[in-house]
Amino acid sequence: MRMFFVLSRLAWRYLWRNHRRTIVMLSAIAVGTWAMIFMTALTRGMVDQMIVDGISVIPGHVQIHDPEYLDDPSVNNRVAFSDTEIAARFSDAGFTAWASRVRVPAVVTSERESRGVTLLGIDPAAEKSFSFVDYDNVDGRFLEGPDDKGIVLGAKLAETLETRVGKRVVLMSQDPDNEIADRGFRVVGLFHAEMEATEESYTFVGKHTAQNMLRIGDTVTEVVFLGDDYRDVEPVYNKVVGLVDDSVRVSRWTEVDTYLGTMMGMMDGFMLIWVIVIFLALSFGLVNTLVMAVFERIREIGLMLALGMKPSSILGQILIESMMLLAVGLVIGDFLAWATIKPLESGIDISVVAKGMEMFGAASVLYPNLDINDVILSNVVVMILGFFASLSPAWRASRYEPVEAITKV
Amino acid sequence: MSAVRCIDLCKTYRQGDVDIKALDHLTVEIEKGEFVCLMSPSGGGKTTLLNAIGGLDIPDSGEVWIAGERIDQMSKGELADLRLANIGFVFQAYNLIPVLTAQENVEFVMQVQGVSSAERRNKSFAILEEVGLKGLEGRRPAEMSGGQQQRVAVARAIVSRPELVLADEPTANLDSKTSTELMELFTELNEHHNTTFVIATHDQRVQAYAKRLVRMLDGRIVDDVEQHAA
Repeated sequence: MRMFFVLSRLAWRYLWRNHRRTIVMLSAIAVGTWAMIFMTALTRGMVDQMIVDGISVIPGHVQIHDPEYLDDPSVNNRVAFSDTEIAARFSDAGFTAWASRVRVPAVVTSERESRGVTLLGIDPAAEKSFSFVDYDNVDGRFLEGPDDKGIVLGAKLAETLETRVGKRVVLMSQDPDNEIADRGFRVVGLFHAEMEATEESYTFVGKHTAQNMLRIGDTVTEVVFLGDDYRDVEPVYNKVVGLVDDSVRVSRWTEVDTYLGTMMGMMDGFMLIWVIVIFLALSFGLVNTLVMAVFERIREIGLMLALGMKPSSILGQILIESMMLLAVGLVIGDFLAWATIKPLESGIDISVVAKGMEMFGAASVLYPNLDINDVILSNVVVMILGFFASLSPAWRASRYEPVEAITKV
Repeated sequence: MSAVRCIDLCKTYRQGDVDIKALDHLTVEIEKGEFVCLMSPSGGGKTTLLNAIGGLDIPDSGEVWIAGERIDQMSKGELADLRLANIGFVFQAYNLIPVLTAQENVEFVMQVQGVSSAERRNKSFAILEEVGLKGLEGRRPAEMSGGQQQRVAVARAIVSRPELVLADEPTANLDSKTSTELMELFTELNEHHNTTFVIATHDQRVQAYAKRLVRMLDGRIVDDVEQHAA
């Protein structure tokens, strides 16, 4: 501890001996750290938004289906239990939220156009926790109950179909006997979503109305459950598994939407690679700074060795100097990142590139996400890699022969 | 027990294609409390001998004993411990640590030795006053004259009362008055604390203070005489 104090004082003083060089290096570390964290926050914000949007469209953290449903999402592959039995099993099980629904492919036709859509037969009250649709931000109105006879289309789909609130459309699908099941609906509302693709893909009708149209009685194709955190769905998953038998398949959202699931895993890997790439650029400057710092004080290192300082202490002094440089740079970089990300947390409008962003499922407003774990990871990785990068110049300094070092000009 | 014993020391440096014998089968013994002056023309081997005695340089052959311990076979760490505990160095060019103040430079060795903060402070203030630098404790080397820096270096060398002080041309950059003050300080330490001094120098004024004069030439001792100090 005593020696650590001696070495720390020396390291700190030597750091500021050539203050211009130290400031340049600190700036590089701070900007590098800022870039690491800022870019990570933007990317994580985008990916989080994609996942949250994706989950709210799919929706839910855990789902129950017929074992064949994910491969063939047709009305023939319905959950084995009746909707009444489902309610009995899950109503009092303590889930944050859950809902059963009919979800099948269908075709919606106006007097001018037809489009393939995903038909969602829902109970609006049960769906409220899941839905990406803001019930209060619907042109017209949203569904009022499972028996509602109206249909809610996406605003973009209505535009494509050249229809509007108050007009009628025909919804067509297949019943369990593979006969056409169709019905006319009055458009009661047009919903808005972050992405046009969502507005074009989904249509909402009352659950009971859908069941009647499809002639499936009191059955559904999907039951969805919500947990507290989409990153950790195991508690919900295990609870659901405990309440059902082998006649149904229980899936985490990452299994239902493998693209989004992979995206989440990729994000952590991307973060690490990004930190390492930035650090590699920084490390050239760091090692150069240390080599120069050692080179310009060879005599002083020789003097310290001659006075009785051990080579290990010289090694420690240079390493402490490097760690101090990195630590100060990281603190400045962390602060810069925080100061620039915080004001942007309410969202960055990237609508000018919305079309491009939508191609891979991102919305037109980007919400940077400053995750403390990302900050810790980048700081720890930089300190660890910085330690190893500093070993070489520190080792060289500790290997000097005092008599040679002290006479260096 | 001798303070320093060198037996048949050889050290050869290669300069281009030429081998230079810095120490040529040199044997010398210095008793505790002696005040020895090594003299030689440039390249005569006195600095090499000082470095060998201080464990800063390892001879090609021969033995070096300090206070009864053979040091030419010690590891770097053991040599560092030996220097820290037993030897004070004064180099020709002041060789202070530029980022530390005068007081911190003086405290440096004691700090590495593990001396308590209060004791370090008391000793460093006292020794700086003794070498005439009272009031300059907070100055860094760049803010002091050459003579003042050399006095700080001397203060650092003697503050922890080492048994042996090795000084290489300690007065080379000092004016006459400062040189005299420095040598009087060395003499006082030698007489009152029985500190052994080995000083390599060309300076006639320094030689006048020595109790023993060792003349070297081409790495060998050519004359070794005792004299009465001035």
